[in-house]
Amino acid sequence: MSVLAHVFEAAGIATIVLSSVREVAVKVAPPRALHCEFPLGRPLGKPSDPEFQHDLLARAFALLDASSGPVLVDHPEVIEADDQPVACALPPRFDPSLPPAVDEARGLRKAYDRALARRGVTSVGRAVSADEVPHAIGVLHAIANGAEWTAAGIPGGNTVAVCHDIRTYYEEAALELVDGPLPGGRAMEDWFFEQTEAGKTMLGARAAIRDAGAKFAIWFYMTPGQR
Amino acid sequence: MTGDQMMRAHAATLPAPEFPNPAWVTPKPLAQSTVAIVTSAALYAVGDDGFSNADTGYRFIERDRRDLVLGHWSPNFDHTGVAMDLNVVYPIDRLEELAERGIIGAVARRHVSFAGNQPDDVATIRLDTGPAAAAALRADGVDVVILTPV
Repeated sequence: MSVLAHVFEAAGIATIVLSSVREVAVKVAPPRALHCEFPLGRPLGKPSDPEFQHDLLARAFALLDASSGPVLVDHPEVIEADDQPVACALPPRFDPSLPPAVDEARGLRKAYDRALARRGVTSVGRAVSADEVPHAIGVLHAIANGAEWTAAGIPGGNTVAVCHDIRTYYEEAALELVDGPLPGGRAMEDWFFEQTEAGKTMLGARAAIRDAGAKFAIWFYMTPGQR
Repeated sequence: MTGDQMMRAHAATLPAPEFPNPAWVTPKPLAQSTVAIVTSAALYAVGDDGFSNADTGYRFIERDRRDLVLGHWSPNFDHTGVAMDLNVVYPIDRLEELAERGIIGAVARRHVSFAGNQPDDVATIRLDTGPAAAAALRADGVDVVILTPV
């Protein structure tokens, strides 16, 4: 974003960056930056809080009053990403003949459908549709349990895209099931990887693919790096 | 170290391109300015082309579209904020409210989305796609952009 700020400014447009990594803003020095120490992926800080967002935008637009730059101002509030899983119920075991993660994914389908109906859009679909998510989890389950990953039939042949779709399916469904306040920055990630069968299955498949000698980019980006 | 701390620490080690003679625009009054959003969330409207991994291109988002898909390939940031409220990444409704109040002059007719996971040298967005997107917004009469990172 800081690079693009220079590019847009050179085209004659005044720019304001909502910085997310302060060191980058210092080094690249865009003309005007409001550094926001907020959860990554939430540059305006608080979802569904128009008052907070308007206050932030007012601080950002105030940077246009400077007569020279670079200008780097810190937003006064720091928002830490949650490090506790969100409280979200999981469906009970229904079909014991299925791998637990496949059964679980099927059980979340109604919640996913409610989310889709409410929002009208989904970010599932990069490699598989919602209909195909249980099958995709079954493939990861097989890999985690010893199947050769190159012959397991990963949908679309893209490990990262499949994992994106599975995790997004779960997270969009879970937003319909959350009990309590809106989840913070990492709360849903923690829930997915620490409490769901699908998350554990994904981690298992990732480890198996890594241990089989696959290229770094094939296995590493299946989950967040710190996992 | 938390996931966000790890990502920030990593980003801080990446090579930083230099801009020895940076441009500086003296903007006209905000109440007379047309404002656009430029995001690196790889958002795109339903029906448009999605983003490939390491996509160096951009997509326009028409002002009235809210059916936006998150096309970013990195698993290393929160995706649920934008699922709960598009404005936490793409504050289009906030801009519309500011225009209604007369605080900004107008909301741009279209906005721009890039993918945040760029090659380390950022050469294409610096020399090719970035200038092309900027020229298009300037031709649209955009005076100010707010850049939102993901």
